[in-house]
Amino acid sequence: MSSETQKILTTDGIPLEESLKKAEKKNKIKAFLLVCPLLLFLIITYVFPIGDMLYRSVDDRMVTDMLPKTYKAMKQWDGKELPDEKVFEAFYLDYKKLVEEKTFGKLATQLNFEKNGFKSILKKLKRKMKKFEEGNYKEQIMNVHKRWADVEYWRALKRRAPSYTYAKYLKGVDMYENEDGKIVQVPEDRRIHKILWLRTLEVAFFVTIFCFLMAYPIAHLLATLPMKYSNLLMICVLLPFWTSLLVRTASWMILLQQQGIVNDFFVMIGLVSDDSRPEMMYNKTGTYVAMTQILLPFMVLPLYSVMKTISPSLMRAGKSLGGTPFIAFWKVYFPLTIPGIGAGCLLVFILAIGYYITPALVGGASGTLISNQIAFHMKSTLDWSFASAMGLMLLTGVLAIYWVYNKLVGVDNIKLG
Amino acid sequence: MALPKYTEPHYRVWHYFYLFICGCVFFFLIAPLFVIFPLSFNAEEFLVFSEGMKRLDPDAFSLRWYKDMIYGTKNPWGLAAKNSFIIALFATLGSVLLGTVAALGLSSRHMPYKGIIMAALISPMIVPLIISGVAIFFFMAKVGLAATHTGIVLAHIILGTPFVVITVTATLSGFDHSVTRAASSLGSDPVNTFMKITLPLILPGVISGGLFAFVTSFDEVVVVLFLAGLDNTTIPIQMWTGLREQLSPTILAVATCLIVLSTLILVTAELLRRRSERIRGINR
Repeated sequence: MSSETQKILTTDGIPLEESLKKAEKKNKIKAFLLVCPLLLFLIITYVFPIGDMLYRSVDDRMVTDMLPKTYKAMKQWDGKELPDEKVFEAFYLDYKKLVEEKTFGKLATQLNFEKNGFKSILKKLKRKMKKFEEGNYKEQIMNVHKRWADVEYWRALKRRAPSYTYAKYLKGVDMYENEDGKIVQVPEDRRIHKILWLRTLEVAFFVTIFCFLMAYPIAHLLATLPMKYSNLLMICVLLPFWTSLLVRTASWMILLQQQGIVNDFFVMIGLVSDDSRPEMMYNKTGTYVAMTQILLPFMVLPLYSVMKTISPSLMRAGKSLGGTPFIAFWKVYFPLTIPGIGAGCLLVFILAIGYYITPALVGGASGTLISNQIAFHMKSTLDWSFASAMGLMLLTGVLAIYWVYNKLVGVDNIKLG
Repeated sequence: MALPKYTEPHYRVWHYFYLFICGCVFFFLIAPLFVIFPLSFNAEEFLVFSEGMKRLDPDAFSLRWYKDMIYGTKNPWGLAAKNSFIIALFATLGSVLLGTVAALGLSSRHMPYKGIIMAALISPMIVPLIISGVAIFFFMAKVGLAATHTGIVLAHIILGTPFVVITVTATLSGFDHSVTRAASSLGSDPVNTFMKITLPLILPGVISGGLFAFVTSFDEVVVVLFLAGLDNTTIPIQMWTGLREQLSPTILAVATCLIVLSTLILVTAELLRRRSERIRGINR
């Protein structure tokens, strides 16, 4: 018998194995086609725009395109001493064109980001340029202002030559590339972003801890009570979960204000005197209290769903084998809840690290987080490339935790209510 | 949770202490919501309990802030409510449609790269809203949809689908696929099978996913802050502005309405969840 005849054939005469493989492939394609619409939608409206953010954060072609001749001439300049006549002439021609097109203002703003004092000398140059004679531009430009004869300014100009830059990322961690091309920290008193990053981590960390400490006992109570009571108590967890974030923040603003109920209570029990009511809002305290309450349900729900599966007989067994209730809890019950703890803590930490609304409303100046800084650059300074860079740095962190979460918990195990 | 009679005294104390702690946490969770109710009926303009309110004097209470919310001359709440409902409705429809279809594919055991694709589809829920806001704003500005209802609806579909995907895949995880096979073997085409067999069985999950999508859109402020123009103001935007500028009792009246709404949604969602568990034969 040949090997051909040993194969089982379907009625169409095709080997069964092949036919099954075909069917499998067909099913795969079918399943994938069902996911396709959403996947395509998200790729176009979400993934692609995030990629666009990445591009914006490193894109620096504006200055490069404004001064094409200058940068071409600068290629041969070593940056040690003042550039020669060729560079000055090219710069004069580029700048004259910008003045004619009335776009020199943008250049001034950009170069002033690079080195303070650029704006005023560019404006002065614009005024004096009308009387320039042909030839010997180096001499004429240097006569406009003494800073034009300072090599530092020409070096700053050269630094903006590349079309792509990671300067915004350096700025996000309070560093910059100095004149020698070395990456150094900005002066101590100007390191604002470092403070914000650390504060964001600190707030997210402590909010996670507070949430865990508060959620563990009530999740345990909910999981061990008879259904009819636990369903009632579950409403206390689910109602805040479903209520508008702004409503919850508003209620904290009312509670924590200086004439608010919490302060009234402190005065009543004699903790503070009536004329020295502490400021509990518009600072870090407000951020902590409000965020903990708002994120608490996200900790309770995963803990509850894990605790629900732990059989009460395990604790009884632990006790009957001679453990005190505490030892039985610590050695038997607690280790079994670790998956829930991991899921809850990671979820709360991820949500807390990118929080924006609550810190913006109750955080004041000392309680705002990195998200607020991103919004500030988007809306106020309009430095969108910097906002993009900061956003992507935050995103990288969040995605790293998300990856861990996915490995440990699995996204399909996220519980909603 | 009664303690057995033989419990030693110090465990008894510990147990009551534990219950006390739990009570405090529940109070911390739920009490802030209830401050808003009485204050929204305040006859005065201040956001503290007046002496009259403490004495339960009927004159200290009034409906003036509710009247202001509805009839107030300069109040934007009418337009905001209209916009919010329209946007949330369309966003919910879009999310449910895209999310349910995707969940059907994801729940198939033939789905390739299930883990990675699921993680990608859920990511809008995990990525900080401010980043989503910036990215979506750049995109909408590029395609000319900034400051339009369409743009906001699309943005909210992005944010809402993860919830639908999660709830529907959860419902499908206990789904008995032999019923659809039975339907096919009896000559039903796939669309007919879906409409007559699968959909009725997973409907509770679909609706509760829809509720999540609705609430997400109805409550969303960060992305709308970037996208909305003057004509697209929504309830959250108005609340945000109000809370930043001056906390007026009108906001509390609105907040009270929102709490009532969320209570209704919560009750619906809970009923659906139980029904879904009953249908799928999960008895807890």
